[in-house]
Amino acid sequence: MGNNGINYIHPEFEVVRDQDKCIACRVCERQCANEVHYMDEDGVMRADNSKCVNCHRCVSLCPTGALKIVKSDHTFRPNGNWTPQIITELYRQAGSGGVLLSSMGNPTNLPVYWDRLLLNASQVTNPSIDPLREPMETVTFLGKKPKEIVRDEEGNIVNNQTPQIRLNTPIMFSAMSYGSISYNAHASLARAATELGICYNTGEGGLHEDFYQYGPNTIVQVASGRFGVHKAYLEAGCAVEIKIGQGAKPGIGGHLPGAKIVGDISRTRMIPEGSDAISPAPHHDIYSIEDLRQLVYSLKEATEYNKPVIVKIAAVHNVAAIASGVARSGADIIAIDGFRGGTGAAPTRIRDNVGIPIELALASVDSRLREEGIRDNVSVVVGGSIRSAADVVKAIALGADACYIGTAACLAMGCHLCRSCQEGKCNWGIATQRPELVKRLNPNIGSQRLVNLVNAWTHEIKEIMGGMGINSIESLRGNRLMLRGVGLNQKELEILGIKYAGE
Amino acid sequence: MKRVYVNEEWCLGCHLCEYQCAFANSGETDMVKALKGVKINPRIQVEEGDGVNFAVQCRHCEEPLCVKGCISGALSIKDGVIHLDENKCVGCYTCVLMCPYGAIMPGNGTAVQKCELCLNNSCGEPACVKGCPNAAIVYEER
Amino acid sequence: MMSQNILHKEGEVRIPSGCAISGIFSKSGKKVNGREIIKSIATMHDRSNGLGGGFAGYGIYPQYPDAYAFHVFYNDEDSKARCEKFLERHFDVINLSKIPTRKVAAITDEPLIWRYFVTPLHIKLMQSQLSEEEFTKRCVIHINTQLDGAYVFSSGKNMGVFKAVGFPEDVGEFYRLEEYDAYSWTAHGRYPTNTPGWWGGAHPFDLLGLSIVHNGEISSYDANRRYIEMFGYKCNLLTDTEVITYIIDYLANEKKLTMEEVASVIAAPFWSTIERMPQKQREQLTYLRNTFASLLITGPFSILVGFEGGMMALNDRLKLRSMVVGEKDDTDMVYIASEECAIRVIEPRVDRVWSPKGGEPVIVRLNPDAKV
Repeated sequence: MGNNGINYIHPEFEVVRDQDKCIACRVCERQCANEVHYMDEDGVMRADNSKCVNCHRCVSLCPTGALKIVKSDHTFRPNGNWTPQIITELYRQAGSGGVLLSSMGNPTNLPVYWDRLLLNASQVTNPSIDPLREPMETVTFLGKKPKEIVRDEEGNIVNNQTPQIRLNTPIMFSAMSYGSISYNAHASLARAATELGICYNTGEGGLHEDFYQYGPNTIVQVASGRFGVHKAYLEAGCAVEIKIGQGAKPGIGGHLPGAKIVGDISRTRMIPEGSDAISPAPHHDIYSIEDLRQLVYSLKEATEYNKPVIVKIAAVHNVAAIASGVARSGADIIAIDGFRGGTGAAPTRIRDNVGIPIELALASVDSRLREEGIRDNVSVVVGGSIRSAADVVKAIALGADACYIGTAACLAMGCHLCRSCQEGKCNWGIATQRPELVKRLNPNIGSQRLVNLVNAWTHEIKEIMGGMGINSIESLRGNRLMLRGVGLNQKELEILGIKYAGE
Repeated sequence: MKRVYVNEEWCLGCHLCEYQCAFANSGETDMVKALKGVKINPRIQVEEGDGVNFAVQCRHCEEPLCVKGCISGALSIKDGVIHLDENKCVGCYTCVLMCPYGAIMPGNGTAVQKCELCLNNSCGEPACVKGCPNAAIVYEER
Repeated sequence: MMSQNILHKEGEVRIPSGCAISGIFSKSGKKVNGREIIKSIATMHDRSNGLGGGFAGYGIYPQYPDAYAFHVFYNDEDSKARCEKFLERHFDVINLSKIPTRKVAAITDEPLIWRYFVTPLHIKLMQSQLSEEEFTKRCVIHINTQLDGAYVFSSGKNMGVFKAVGFPEDVGEFYRLEEYDAYSWTAHGRYPTNTPGWWGGAHPFDLLGLSIVHNGEISSYDANRRYIEMFGYKCNLLTDTEVITYIIDYLANEKKLTMEEVASVIAAPFWSTIERMPQKQREQLTYLRNTFASLLITGPFSILVGFEGGMMALNDRLKLRSMVVGEKDDTDMVYIASEECAIRVIEPRVDRVWSPKGGEPVIVRLNPDAKV
């Protein structure tokens, strides 16, 4: 009894069709899972704006370019405090009585620190290096560094290294579960990671049997729900990731509605079809840091100490101290996910208000681990809205070993950030399980676009490093002198450990 | 020889190939001008049903029944491509009846029409392949 | 501290610089007079700009072979008194004196320059539970970071660093280098791009006899600095030379890597080169490169590392700075310099002169029968 026949919600977008250009081929109608487009009885194409999520599928496929989507200029009386979004969301809740759900990363207008960091380049006193003519190295190892150099009787150094991940470039695809995204999306990620010599991450939904073949480039995740976790799964990948938290929704577990638990997903997750997959908010065997150590070693035992263990945490207020604890827990790698990290579904209020920016979290974690002399205990991987090669370079200069990209990877596969993943009707075949939609993502195309993206970024990383006179990625790592801040206050500079531009 | 193949696994049934085909063979340079208000008669046609879709056009068979059956010598094999000489076609439609794939159909005039891999129009490469959004139609050597 | 210049001194600002370097090494242990190294470095006058020059000589104090020779700059008598009090509390001071200098017109604003031959006090050493070297190293770092106005710029055994603001030939004249004979000399002429020049900031940079002269501007500086500072080092001068010294000290003295291994960490072969190597070598180099990833030095450098009984010359991996080596067989001498002219001027008849490849270390050591 919420609406009483009154429509409180005015459509956010308007489908604008140039009728002069429309040839009524109906591709828009056939491709819109939201059923926006239809042909009227006179053979003219029409649109129901209220259903449009602005995913651009119709725009991208229209052969004559007859379509565009614009933001409605319908307005409330302007109010700096009660913005249209706040009012609309309030109406929605007054109608439904429910928690608002959203997807993808935090879209709010909070500072993006990457954009306030500027990079250095060589001039006169040392030469920049031309990556087209000189070797430029991006090979990255993740894992612990040995504490002692041990020699055999002949004086040769004994390899006492714990298991490592070798990446051709310091970029990995972050955790997105099979279930939250489609079979074809997983196939694209797995194949691209293998071709690129990097890793993708199963997320918490288990690993489909078809993808065991990509094991050497797969990170298998163990989350609080333990979906799809068994011995063969743990042994299938090149590393095991314990997911404590995720940037989009720190403090709560993953949610996958029963409607998405169908067929192979149910089998892979090892739960009945149609049952909601609700991961507990905490791991119920980790209520403290010493418990984490036990889980880390349980997983190491289960994999006979052959796999590095990653602990993924969301960037929250006390992240440096937490990371310090994790670095002493036996974990080999810490993954930190910033507050802009994406998701297939999260409560809107949590997504938009919980957690801190990855830039600040990374800087304080790296500084803290160095102050405590334990930076070599772990590698640090960061995610949560790495948008470009420049962001990767800045992250590495702040101290990261590698970056996780999730949203960027989805974009490469076709995602248009309509932020409606939770509806399960992804027109691009990514965040959906409907077979007719899943087939829209051809992994031959998806994997090639991912490969292209990462190769393009790697070229750009090399160009930028060359400009700095650096020819190997390890000399960029933690090299904060290569960064300068603009538009930042003293405290921000201090946390980031950088100087102001001009200093 | 390179041929057009269809991977039905990836065909979305969007019918864009039909429009690309119609446009490519229209002789126009603007798709809107070519197809606005026109009921298209493409040489490729999407078959739909029960979750499986695929586009059908001339297979350029090695032993083509259409060529065998052609009474006027309008159909011939030219470098592996089955070529139609519209000037010779008398419109008897024997080929339409002979083709087991239904890939030859009456054209807009007297003559029949069929896919000639866009070799004879301004596109230069199969327009259906170029315009397919999901690589369901490919032009390759197999 | 020495001047009232408003510009920042080393340690307050990072100052990149280009330079000239030169080294003379006698494998037989025959002593070479200081005049020779002055002559060599003076030839490359145009590679310096008068804002720093210096020398390191090994084997110059045979009368005190087992004592650490501290060379110290003082701002004033107060800082001297404070430092001497500290030294007396921690060391047995065997001898102390002003370092003899002569007035040279081009050298001005000189600080007080003193020399102490010391050995750690037994009881203090026991209490510290440290090795003699580590104890001494920590004392030097303490003076340099905690005692305002005092700066230990040389602290090795039977060796000494002499440096100042000025052209190197004037610095040699000032320190009366002709009064010293060494089996190994290194020299440096500095061309900083932005500095008033501070005496302590000149090269060589020394830590307990591990001395470095360096020409270049490394691009990996902050990556190296932030890593090495995890292990108790404090980069106060913010110069490349300082951080390179600490890196080599850490790898060679803490991690006990050979000088060859040290070179393969700081100027590591490219992965593509490593992949082509025989398995055993490939594994070792992969291990070293991965383990000490943050100690890879990129950007242009040519360095001369002086250590007890030896010298290492090393270029960056791309050889972005000039450096040539000359050898003379009958005298068992090795000469290394930024330019060949600096070798020819003191030994016109070298048997071989070559340019080592980028990342390829040239390591010379005293012959086993050498006496120093």
